[in-house]
Amino acid sequence: MAHLDIPKTYKLFIGGQFPRTESGRSFSLENAEGGTIANLCQASRKDFRNSVAVARKAQAGWADRAAFNRSQILYRLAEMLDGRRAQLVEELNFQGISSVDAEKEVCASVDRLVYYAGWCDKYQQVSGTVNPVASSHFNFSVPEPMGVVGILAPDEFGLLGLVSLFAPVIVGGNTCVILASESKPMCSITFAEVAATSDVPAGVINILTGFREELVPHFATHMDVNSIVYAGDNDPDVKILQEGSALNLKRVRIHRGVDWISSSSQGPQFILECQETKTTWHPVEVIKPKTGGY
Amino acid sequence: MPLLLLLQALEIMMITAMADFKPIPVDQVGVEERAAKFRTRSIKKEAKMQALRMALNLIDLTTLEGRDTEGKVRQMCYKAAHLHDEFPGLPTVAAVCVYPSMVPVARREVEGTEIRVASVATAFPSGQSDLKLKLDETRIAVENGADEVDMVISRGAFLRGELDYVHDEIAAVKGACQGRALKVILETGELCTLDNVRLASDLGIRAGADFIKTSTGKISPAATMPVTLVMLEAIKDHYLKTGRKIGMKPAGGISNAKTAIQYLVMLHETLGSDWLDNSLFRFGASSLANNILMQILKQDTGNYQSPDYFSIG
Repeated sequence: MAHLDIPKTYKLFIGGQFPRTESGRSFSLENAEGGTIANLCQASRKDFRNSVAVARKAQAGWADRAAFNRSQILYRLAEMLDGRRAQLVEELNFQGISSVDAEKEVCASVDRLVYYAGWCDKYQQVSGTVNPVASSHFNFSVPEPMGVVGILAPDEFGLLGLVSLFAPVIVGGNTCVILASESKPMCSITFAEVAATSDVPAGVINILTGFREELVPHFATHMDVNSIVYAGDNDPDVKILQEGSALNLKRVRIHRGVDWISSSSQGPQFILECQETKTTWHPVEVIKPKTGGY
Repeated sequence: MPLLLLLQALEIMMITAMADFKPIPVDQVGVEERAAKFRTRSIKKEAKMQALRMALNLIDLTTLEGRDTEGKVRQMCYKAAHLHDEFPGLPTVAAVCVYPSMVPVARREVEGTEIRVASVATAFPSGQSDLKLKLDETRIAVENGADEVDMVISRGAFLRGELDYVHDEIAAVKGACQGRALKVILETGELCTLDNVRLASDLGIRAGADFIKTSTGKISPAATMPVTLVMLEAIKDHYLKTGRKIGMKPAGGISNAKTAIQYLVMLHETLGSDWLDNSLFRFGASSLANNILMQILKQDTGNYQSPDYFSIG
């Protein structure tokens, strides 16, 4: 049967919806032969601002979910992602990745989600502590989410880089705004379709496509972003991020030269880098013979 | 024939009761289109800053909750006068709006400022009470120091068609205000049609309202641009006919700076610059002030702001 190709419109993912950029701009991706393979939204600072607003709104509710429930949702993400393997491999192919490498990247992405799903109800147990103190207090420290995290995904891995950075962030009860890989952004929007159908509450994951040069300063200076995770080695960008973050003391994490395929690029340390430690002094009554009370 | 006579008699009775009062029909589609046009204006840079400052000075900072305490009202009154001290040169809001029981507290707290105290009255928000009680409540609010009274109309009576009753009630409350400004809340969310909004606006103005106000904030939908436009048109027609300027107060649901500016554009293009003053226009809002402050700081610093750095309220 005759069938016309229906080229997909790659839009942004903000608050569980797929709006076009408010700026109305787009940019084209070209393959090695110079042919256009897709048009994508070129997100503006206002798209970023809107994303931060919805991420902020979603954060408390997401952090209040039971850890086990967050775990279920991350696992669901992995399931849905696995079902789209063929499509993702094809998109990576379009963007110049060999079939073998593409297959490897997609499988690693699914595995990574399953890996982090398991951590949801464990990282607090592993990294929380009971601290020795010299007074009659039960003193304990637990990690708590920082809030809204801005993520600048690595350029080289369009899918795996994104997954590797956002999964540990949302495991810990944060919400995030992600700027996808600039040169390989197609999978990020396909991944957004996975997120939109996996019970992830609207606003927990927000994905923008566009140009780093334009958006990095806004990630850096937005007063309502609590932390930045950056993967890449562009020194001017790092400088802008670190300087801008001084405004409201965002924590900035820079990942340079990480091999995202390797299993060494996952671990609880990635969760903890977007956590704040809260220490509680809880008075206790020490009952001893003769000397009761505090 | 007897039926026809009866109908004629009824008509004559109505005409005598509401002499020269004719409902003015509203073109709903036209109003909605016109209101949507105001949302497309682009106000930038200096004009935006000016509009934002103006909007701050038009706010009735409001707390109308069952859980209001003296402490909450004191905090809000302080906020009314000190919107964001880190950024000098900001205006204060126009008024604070509270329940009658909180009027003495508010009166004390705003002493020495230009901020007025507005009190809701007449069994706010439902208005389901006896007229005598409503008048007593109004008098108490005024005696306790309210500069302005926000009353609600009896929507039940209005929808039953008892326009005389609604009119006389407003007039009676106006009398009980003893010269203080009276804002008449139509609660447009319960009036169902724009025709009714126009009718209630005309009725309120005729009965002596100094301001007409859209909503209590307790019913959704609260203020919308089409509803506000219909009310502004009623004010305009009254002004053209009599030369008397009635104020307007959209309330409820206006929580961001962008919407507030769109309202100001609509106000300016419908009634002109005379109304761009808090003696003739107010926003009834609780969270609008902070949003405007964040916008002002954004314009000033270039950075998007966080509510973490602004006082509650």
